[in-house]
Amino acid sequence: MIDREQVLHVARLARLQLNDQEVETMAGELSKVLEWIEKIEELDLEGVPPTSHVVDVANALRPDVPGPCLPREVALAAAPERTEDGFLVPSPQAV
Amino acid sequence: MIELTAKQAADALEAGEFSSRELFDAYRERAAADELNAYVWLAEEAPEGDGVPLGVKDLFCTEGVPSQSGSRILEGYRPPYTASVVERIGAPLLGKTNQDEFAMGSSNENSAYGPVLNPWDRARVPGGSSGGSAAAVAAGIAPWALGTDTGGSIRQPAALCGIVGLKPTYGAVSRYGMIAFASSLDQAGPLTRDVTDAALLFSKMVGRDERDSTSLEFPEPVRLPSAERLDGIRLGVPGELTGAGIEPGVLDSFNATLKLAEELGASIETCSLPHAPHALSAYYVIAPAEASSNLARYDGVRYGLRRNGERGLVAMYTETRHDGFGPEVKRRILIGTYALSSGYYEAYYGRAQQVRTKIAEDFSSVFENFDFIVTPTAPTVAFELGSKTGDPLAMYLNDYCTVPMSLAGTPAISIPSGLSEGLPVGFQLAGPAFSENRILDAAHALEQAIGFDSGRARS
Repeated sequence: MIDREQVLHVARLARLQLNDQEVETMAGELSKVLEWIEKIEELDLEGVPPTSHVVDVANALRPDVPGPCLPREVALAAAPERTEDGFLVPSPQAV
Repeated sequence: MIELTAKQAADALEAGEFSSRELFDAYRERAAADELNAYVWLAEEAPEGDGVPLGVKDLFCTEGVPSQSGSRILEGYRPPYTASVVERIGAPLLGKTNQDEFAMGSSNENSAYGPVLNPWDRARVPGGSSGGSAAAVAAGIAPWALGTDTGGSIRQPAALCGIVGLKPTYGAVSRYGMIAFASSLDQAGPLTRDVTDAALLFSKMVGRDERDSTSLEFPEPVRLPSAERLDGIRLGVPGELTGAGIEPGVLDSFNATLKLAEELGASIETCSLPHAPHALSAYYVIAPAEASSNLARYDGVRYGLRRNGERGLVAMYTETRHDGFGPEVKRRILIGTYALSSGYYEAYYGRAQQVRTKIAEDFSSVFENFDFIVTPTAPTVAFELGSKTGDPLAMYLNDYCTVPMSLAGTPAISIPSGLSEGLPVGFQLAGPAFSENRILDAAHALEQAIGFDSGRARS
């Protein structure tokens, strides 16, 4: 089970605002989904190594040579707000 | 022109029977009259270059062309570069196709740009998440299209729309320029009218790309399929994916196809994927976990939507994400964040990754004795719009037969095997990593024997 407080905690971690109705709905739905996910607890997985990736590659290295990258103007073109040469964000101090 | 497959159209272009421009305009005109909501953006006129025009799922970045992954948070975003795979194919871009938001969904009802309708029955869903691509190909408003598959998002809509969909081996196709959902599972693949078209499009997609460090060189040239027989081919039917939960009409079509396979010379035996019943549970930890991390980038700073920039940085993040993401995306971000949070990581993510190991081992051991694993692609035919939107778990069960291959990273194709209640049924054929040539050959032999008529969806 996951309660309202846990939903709010996880939403804070995910930087996701939820209104009261959403918190209510999510608590119910997430509880059901988690209960169902917890079926994997039935399995005996003692000593089984985890698989994070199916492709058997170790290190993917490239030559340490500088290559072209996005020009600043192009990278900034889609910014909701910008300055001359950077992305503009609200102050972290503001209330 | 519209009745030609993409391969036939390519041959006709080669022979000078009509021009690329004429072909493009014929499809452009049909697509502009589209009543299925299959496209979210349509080219205004034929671009430079020759070839058979291509529908491209919204989540592929296309330079200067809207690429929104079905999400409000990317509304109007025009990327500064094009996805490697779109570049490699090099076909004239016909349009961007609708999809579930960030590829999360099995019905295309999670798109911020409205649901797509199934051309076989407009009261029903086309499947998802590549629902726009599947519906467009089935309805003959695209000759072929590009989709992506994370847990079934190419194969399931292909099944529900009566077309062919191939999910390649993980690593066979570059992911560079695909708007990420779950990076260890996402693969691009073709949605086409027949198996030959799937092979032709796939042949243009494969290969190592230095911009995707997980991509690999395909070990052999991709061939156009020619097999008419299945002599000596051993098909394994996993009991776990062919019993309870599969609709009777779907099972009938599946069993009829097995009979055809036998007549073509294949041997058919039961096999076992003992951990397959746990695949969906593991998937719904792994995919949301990776998604919660991938979607952290949508913060209102560099592109897309921004809300309430005047109330401080954190409020800007949280309100932007609240307004920009739809309900299913929020649900998965929360599940993923929960599963990765302190105190729960081992119990959820750690265990799910161990289940993934067991599933991959199940596949390896079946492939010691069998050439392919066959199952129905989806447990049901296309369902009615709105019938599953209130129940996330019922929706997730659509991927019951497709998720195991995604976790194992193995290739699988869905081909239409017939109709049930007048709606298409998909037959899934899965093989070991990099066995696409053999899969395409076997699917081709079956396709000839099945003789599925897809004409009704284009009328």
